[in-house]
Amino acid sequence: MVSELTTGQRQMALTFLAMLALLGLFVAAFGRADPIGGHGWLVLVFSLLSLFAVLTNYYDPEPAADRSAAYYDAPVKAGIIIAMIWAVIGMFVGAWVAWLLVNPDLTFVEEAWASFGRLRPVHTTAVIFGFGGNALIATSFYVVQRTSRTRLAGHLSPLFVLWGYNLFCLLAVTGYLWGINQSKEYAEPEWYADLWLVIVWVAYFVLYLRTLARRKEPHIYVANWYYLAFILVVAVLHIVNGLALPLSWAQAKSYSLFAGVQDAMTQWWYGHNAVAFFLTAGFLGMMYYYLPKRAERPIFSYRLSIISFWGITFFYMWAGSHHLHYTALPHWVQTLGMTFSVMLLIPSWASAGNALLTLNGAWHKVRDDATLRFMFIAAVFYGLSTFEGSFMAIRSVNALSHYTDWTVGHVHAGALGWVAMITFGAIYASVPWLWKRKTMWSPALVEVHFWLALAGTLIYVFAMWNSGIIQGLMWRTYNESGTLAYSFLESVEAMHPYYIARAVGGSFFLLGALVACYNIWMTIRAPQPAGALQDDHPQERTDPVLEAGR
Amino acid sequence: MAIEHDTLVHLSKTFGLFYLIALSVGVLIYAYWPRNKARFDAAARAILNEEDRPCP
Ligand code: HEM
Repeated sequence: MVSELTTGQRQMALTFLAMLALLGLFVAAFGRADPIGGHGWLVLVFSLLSLFAVLTNYYDPEPAADRSAAYYDAPVKAGIIIAMIWAVIGMFVGAWVAWLLVNPDLTFVEEAWASFGRLRPVHTTAVIFGFGGNALIATSFYVVQRTSRTRLAGHLSPLFVLWGYNLFCLLAVTGYLWGINQSKEYAEPEWYADLWLVIVWVAYFVLYLRTLARRKEPHIYVANWYYLAFILVVAVLHIVNGLALPLSWAQAKSYSLFAGVQDAMTQWWYGHNAVAFFLTAGFLGMMYYYLPKRAERPIFSYRLSIISFWGITFFYMWAGSHHLHYTALPHWVQTLGMTFSVMLLIPSWASAGNALLTLNGAWHKVRDDATLRFMFIAAVFYGLSTFEGSFMAIRSVNALSHYTDWTVGHVHAGALGWVAMITFGAIYASVPWLWKRKTMWSPALVEVHFWLALAGTLIYVFAMWNSGIIQGLMWRTYNESGTLAYSFLESVEAMHPYYIARAVGGSFFLLGALVACYNIWMTIRAPQPAGALQDDHPQERTDPVLEAGR
Repeated sequence: MAIEHDTLVHLSKTFGLFYLIALSVGVLIYAYWPRNKARFDAAARAILNEEDRPCP
């Protein structure tokens, strides 16, 4: 990574890292009586290790004078590898907490950090922000360069965005284990980590805009619109929801500027738009590039992709209140959220349909190529989970689903079926392209991963649908005398078999991610074939037995 | 100044309604404007190009 920097840029990196190390030292010193001191040490160690990495390569030969003749792929490669590391961490902790729900004694250690309450946000942050976020950053760098036919606008800033973002993720997950948590779901990190993320994110936004400004194509390809919406809106959400006053500069604890129902509404305006712009818009950007590229067919309707873009961006903004049905939130605000959620089905299905219709005429590739099949299944689950979401947002349906495992089932239809599947598809497509290999090291292992991931998702989602609906019904069943038919504990006992099934499904999914890591590792290590390289294309099968199915 | 509940309801029933309709109409006109078609088709096809380096 350092070899792509000029000596001047290497010096700037060193200066910046030294300043960051100093900042870490200050925080460690002044905050030594508070958990924030531990984070001072973490920043210090992180910046010293980075400093060391730059120093050891400091005397590497300088890059060629004109770097603009090639794409800047070092941060993309690093981002993909880091994303896979976070995937394994996050899915491992996820499987752990799933088994904890089966058997609460599986904490192994009687320590606060190993309790469910602290491990759960480690899981959500590691998979959403660690795996998803790094994959989004890496693929957005990849896509914006290819679709603009220009190099990234900067050499240090992409590295700053990538590593700065990962420092944020590290501060987040280590903080939860130490008990640092501002108690806002999907926005758990405290004020100082939030401030750091604002700096990183603004740098990301500026970098993206400057790269687009340099583009050689007249029109900005639609994938970039989605990526840009993701970057811009996440900045707005994060800043507003994170507004808080710390106890002091040397203490981790802070108080939100919002209180009561306003706090709840702000949090779920944030929370739902995190779903919309982090888990949807960003990954739609990924889909609009990688799916047509892999299927080798242009997107079915470019016009439809524009119309659904504006539908998604403007409707999602108003849907957050469906998380607060039957609360102190004014009734009409709940109705507003419900109405917009139902309307959202139109642009959502337009996007899913657009993806599936693009594959029309390439079904033999879907059959033969597991990479493309990952993307196909992702589009199917995207359609499924948005239909389900719009349905669950209806107040009377939510009366049954809220607080139950149905929500968890919905989340994972979206997160495993849509977000993770499209990401694996994009990663399997980009790794050979980036490392200049003909194909992945083992296409058979991609196939193995596909079936593990699909089986895991189906087991998981069906288990949670069942358990959620049983739970919801048990909580609202009355007997002849007008009292509740079941105690709460009985509903917990009824969940047990489903929790086992969920843990098995989740473990399948984790296993698939491990297979992916091995395959990616072997692809990178495989010797580079000599001569000019063709891109990795879906392999046509010449198997005559299967011809008839075409 | 306290913003009353009625003010907000009024705003969302008037301005909120009209700006969303205006937005939808605007987007539809942009997407279906005949002169834009060639540009959209070119963009959709351009990503399938094989060359893997920036334009000089
Ligand atoms: C049209 C699109 C969608 C709508 C209208 C929608 C609606 C909903 C509803 C009504 C809930 C339950 C709220 C509650 O009862 O507390 C929910 C929860 C959730 N949904 Fe969706 N959903 C949509 C798409 C997605 C997608 C694509 C994902 C991707 C992963 C997703 C992730 C989540 C998550 C993470 C939660 C859990 C929130 C929590 O922690 O309580 N949703 N959604």
